[in-house]
Parts: sequence; C-alpha cells; structure tokens
Amino acid sequence: MQIKSLEELKKIKEEYKDRVRLRSQVEGTGDQTEILVGMATCGISSGARETFNAFIEELAEEKLDDVKVITVGCVGYCHSEPTVQVNIKGQKPVLYGNIKKENVHELIEKHIKGGEPVKRFILSTDFEIV
Amino acid sequence: MEKMRMNVLVCGGTGCIASDSEKVAKNLEVIIKARGYDKEVSVVKTGCFGFCEQGPIVKIEPDNIFYVRVGAKDAKEIVDEHIIKGRKVERLLYKDPEDNKPISRQEDIQFYKKQLRVALRNCGFINPEDIYEYIAAGGYEALGKALTQMTRDEVVEEIKASGLRGRGGGGFPTGVKWEITKKQESDVKFIICNADEGDPGAFMDRSILEGDPHSVLEAMAIGGYAIGADKGIIYIRAEYPLAISRLNTAITQAREAGLLGKNLFGTDFSFDITIKYGAGAFVCGEETALINSCEGKRGEPNYKPPYPAQEGYWGHPTCVNNVETFANIPVIITKGSEWFSSIGTENSKGTKVFALAGKINNVGLVEVPMGVTLREIIYNIGGGIQGGRKFKAIQTGGPSGGVLTEKDLDTQIDYNSLLEVGSMMGSGGMIVMDETDNMVNIAKFYLEFTMDESCGRCTPCRIGTKRMYELLNKITSRKGTMADLDALKQLAYMVKDGSLCGLGQTAPNPVISTMKNFWNEYLNLIKDEDHPRGEGKYVPKNKIGMKS
Ligand SMILES: Cc1cc2nc3c(=O)[nH]c(=O)nc-3n(C[C@H](O)[C@H](O)[C@H](O)COP(=O)(O)O)c2cc1C
Repeated sequence: MQIKSLEELKKIKEEYKDRVRLRSQVEGTGDQTEILVGMATCGISSGARETFNAFIEELAEEKLDDVKVITVGCVGYCHSEPTVQVNIKGQKPVLYGNIKKENVHELIEKHIKGGEPVKRFILSTDFEIV
Repeated sequence: MEKMRMNVLVCGGTGCIASDSEKVAKNLEVIIKARGYDKEVSVVKTGCFGFCEQGPIVKIEPDNIFYVRVGAKDAKEIVDEHIIKGRKVERLLYKDPEDNKPISRQEDIQFYKKQLRVALRNCGFINPEDIYEYIAAGGYEALGKALTQMTRDEVVEEIKASGLRGRGGGGFPTGVKWEITKKQESDVKFIICNADEGDPGAFMDRSILEGDPHSVLEAMAIGGYAIGADKGIIYIRAEYPLAISRLNTAITQAREAGLLGKNLFGTDFSFDITIKYGAGAFVCGEETALINSCEGKRGEPNYKPPYPAQEGYWGHPTCVNNVETFANIPVIITKGSEWFSSIGTENSKGTKVFALAGKINNVGLVEVPMGVTLREIIYNIGGGIQGGRKFKAIQTGGPSGGVLTEKDLDTQIDYNSLLEVGSMMGSGGMIVMDETDNMVNIAKFYLEFTMDESCGRCTPCRIGTKRMYELLNKITSRKGTMADLDALKQLAYMVKDGSLCGLGQTAPNPVISTMKNFWNEYLNLIKDEDHPRGEGKYVPKNKIGMKS
C-alpha cells in the first residue's frame, strides 16, 4: 500500500503501534503505571497466565497504552495466587490476591481508570517495592 | 496480529552477531514456540545497543531487564525462568564492576547513564528490517511534515537554526551546506550520503545503517526536497555487507510504501535512492574522491574549489553529508531546532556518537551530548582502563587527529575545543592507550595506514608519508639519530602544508602530536644508541604497532 498523505502515515502508525508499544526508550521511563503479575509455578497453576492475558487484552481494547503488564516471580503469598501488584506513579503500590481472569475488568475499571483500589482483594498495602 | 505481551529484543549488530547472537535469537524462538508462548512473546532482532563489550545483549520488554553476554545455551533458562515464570536470571545480569552487584535495568548501568541517544534513537529499539516498526516509532513523519507543511526554505532554515554540524569530520554547518546547494541554479542536483567510514576502529555509521537504515533514507529525502534534488546516492564500502543488506531491504520497503519514488505524500516531489559500493579506500571518504569514485573514475580527490555543492556528481550541484549527520535530521524536523540546539555547547549542538576502543573496559558505541568531558567518557562510560593500568593517551579523530593526554581530560568535547588542544573531533573514533603503549609505535601505526591509503595523486602525500614511515621505522628499530628526528619533524610540516586533500594535510598529525606530548619517548629510542643494542628499555608491546 502506498502512503499518500500525512494522515495515512499517522493511521498506519496507529495500526502498527503495537509492535513497539511494549518497549521503553532509555530515557523517560519510570513514570508509567505497572501491573505486576506473579507468574511463578504457584501463580501459573492458579491461573495467573489467564489473568495476565486478560489484562493484556482488556488494556489493549481500552487503549490504555501507557500501562505496562509485567510478569514477576513468586512474592510469597502462594496461598492467595494469582497475585497482582499495581504501581501507580506517586502512590503506594497495592498488592492484590486471588485475582482470577473474571476480576480483571473490575480492577481496570476501578483502580487503573478510576484510581480507587478494590478493597476486597487487597492483601497488604505496605509492601516495599524496589 | 496477536496481542503480544512481551518482546525479547536481541541485538543484531555486527558485534553481537560475531559473538553468535543470531543463534541466541534462533534458540529463543524455538524454545518459546515449543513451550506454546509464541503467540504472546515475540523475538525481535534490533540494531546495536552499543555495549559491544558485553554482547550478545538481550533485553526483555516491558519488564525492562537487560541481559549481557547471553550464549545460545542460556536461551532455555531465559524462557523457562524469565519469560514463563517472571524470575530474572540473575547470573546474566550486568554486574557493576565496583561492587559486583547485579543491575537489571539498562538505564542504571554506568555505561548508559551519561548517554543521550539522538542519532542512535532507534538502534536497539526497533527491528531495522521492518518499516512498520520505524513508522510506529514516529518514522517518516518528519518527511511528511517537511513536504506538506514546510517550504524548502523553511526546511533549510530549521536545519540552520538547529546548529547541526557535519559529523563526517569537517564539522561544516549542515544547514549552510544545504542552502549553498539549494541556491545553485541547475535542473539536476544530487544528494549523497557518505557511508565510507574509513577511520580504523570507527563503526558509528555502520551501526546506524544496520540499526536504523530508514532514518537515513528519510533524511536524504528531506535533504533532497530542501536542495532540489530528486536523486540520492548512498556511497558505502562493500566491506559492510550487513549494512548494505539492511539498506537494500529498507529501500525496497520504502518504495513499496510509497515513501520513496514518485509524488511523495501526494506532492509533486519525487525522490529515489541508489546505492554505490566502494572498495574500502580511506581516501574515497573525501567528498571529491567519493564523487569521482561514484562516477566510476579512480577514487582521487580534486582541488577545491569548486566545491561539490557547486560542481559535483557529473558536474551537477551535489550535497555530500555523512550518515550520522543525516540520522539527526528527522528528529530536528519533528522536535524542532530549538530542542536540538538546547543540547550541547555554544558552537557544537546536539550529540556525537563515538566508537570507544583500545585499552578501555567498556568497548562500544556511545552517544553523548556535546560538552561532556573526555574524563567522563573514559572513566564513567568507558569504565576506566583495562586491568587497572594507568591511562596514557587517547587518540581522537582517527588517523587525522592527535593524541590527548591526562592534562586534556577535562576538556569539554566539541569541535572547537578539541582543535584547541591539538586534536580534532573527526568522525568519532576514540582509541584509548595505557602505560604499556609506546607512542612512537602508535604514530607509526597511523602513518602506515595513511601511507597505504594515500592515493598517490599528489607528491607530498605519496612520497612524504612513505619517507615519514621509513624514518619512524628506523627510529623504532633504534637506528635513528637526532638528525632523523629533525627530518621527521620537518617533513611532517611539509606534508601537512603541501598536500592536495585532507588525507595528506592531516596524515602527519599523529606524529606532530605525539612529538609534542611524548618527546621523551622519541628521545629514549634515540638515546639507545649509547647502549649496546638490545639493552634498551623499549619493548614494543601493543598489538597495533607490531607490524614493522
Ligand atoms: C581523507 C578523508 C577521509 C574522509 N572520510 C570520510 C568518511 O569516511 N565519512 C565521512 O562522512 N566523511 C569523510 N570525510 C569528510 C568528507 O570529505 C566530507 O567532509 C563529509 O562527508 C561531509 O559530510 P558532513 O558535512 O555531513 O560531515 C573524509 C575526509 C577526508 C579528507
């Protein structure tokens, strides 16, 4: 296909944004919202991968491009897997437990978009992150 | 396309490929597929990350974890531990040389801390063989903007205002060169990209072409529009096969997308690019020799004036710019000259890419804002001297430059200040020497290079470099006399003053500057006359000076 105007170029840019969306430039990182999903053996066996993919899909649908979803190892709450931690710049990280893929929508609506943590899933809010 | 959740970036620059990064990428792909994750995780081969010393580099996104020295057999652990279970593979992280602590993020590594990537912005970020990744990263927007929203004069003015100067060595203001070429009255004009890169030890241009070829194509089209040229030529040495193949891929893709060819962005501006291969002669990097070579003639320089901007390729006005110069153009158009000129020093704006080599811990490709000091480059970014030995000198400007010593280390790097301390910016080669290096040998190494590379067209250069080399050889084999030192010095200035082109005019610089800074090392070799042969202190140790 031949690009014949700046608008067409921008449309194509939009269309292919996904290819580079996940990557961070060396500068200017660190202020994005991060969703960390525990994906150790305990997490995976409780459905963390489904939870993870549900985040990816819903964020893409909602066009929340600046939210990073990252897999992390076991955080030691194996009894409450899958665990999900939400880091929003300037706020205390929030750790959730028992997040099945059905709960993803609620977390995104209330916490990511609305800024209100979903209390009934919270495991601990004084978790130290590095 | 599937929704990818993770990109595994594997460096596909020549340095990492030499240490088998292609196998790493292959293994990662195979194992990811075998584990059933290939719909979620993609492996992307990128351009050079610059940290060649620590290659092959693998970076995992969005986690932002940076693995170094990854071997093919490490792929399994990366997939099973990191990609599937989210656990970092500690042993593959870069260890801070000071406290041996592992560092997981690229931006926390000393080597990257003082760097600012403008020309290299897409190297290690996108897949250079995919035009859509370039577009997704904002590519070709500058061309679209220039063609549809700016007049040719506005483009020239923007580049002039940015303060961008040629990165090929001369440091001539790019906007001014464009303006001069634009003003020539002629229906046919050309824009040429100088990708000859002949400096021994330099690989800046190669890395840009390998890692981000579209940025150069886009910039050439912008330049073509500004000066009124509809044809571009990339002159590249045949010794750069990977860069050539990626350029060819990029040109084909750009043509298919209508970003090269007729009526770009629906305007009446048409532009296309061809590639010319050079045989790898240093002198062919000199713009008039380059033009001769493009025309199929011997690669010998002409007297200037007339400058190429007046009479270049087949007599037509021709603008010759360096690869890195071009790589800066698209960002200047999109982000504006004000942004660009906010980086750097009074007379040197923006950043400069350097190829760090020699006796330094972090050999690699670095891009720093103009104005950082040599000390910062050597000790912060470069990680100091190998084996904890003592720093002795740094050669900037390649065979045309000179050596700088401890006393010059706090010089802020820019075009003027480097000239003031007796060297030059050059195209960006930086070779670090330590206390075990003999400076006379270093001078001899560079002279051997320029002697070999002299095209023979003018006598001072052809014969002068040869005689200088012979004298140096005599001195390093401890047969020299004080008279030889005198003769060498005289000859150096004669070659400098009498040669036709920049090659001869600068060839004596390494001798002149080592004589100035390390006169004692020359004297020591002469004084050995007083000792029976073989008892002198002088032992040639450095690899690069061995051939004699
Ligand atoms: C002996 C010699 C070798 C040169 N080699 C190169 C080279 O490899 N690459 C380059 O870009 N410029 C080289 N130059 C400089 C070019 O003549 C020319 O100034 C440059 O390509 C202009 O582009 P710029 O204004 O973007 O720097 C060389 C000059 C001399 C005298």
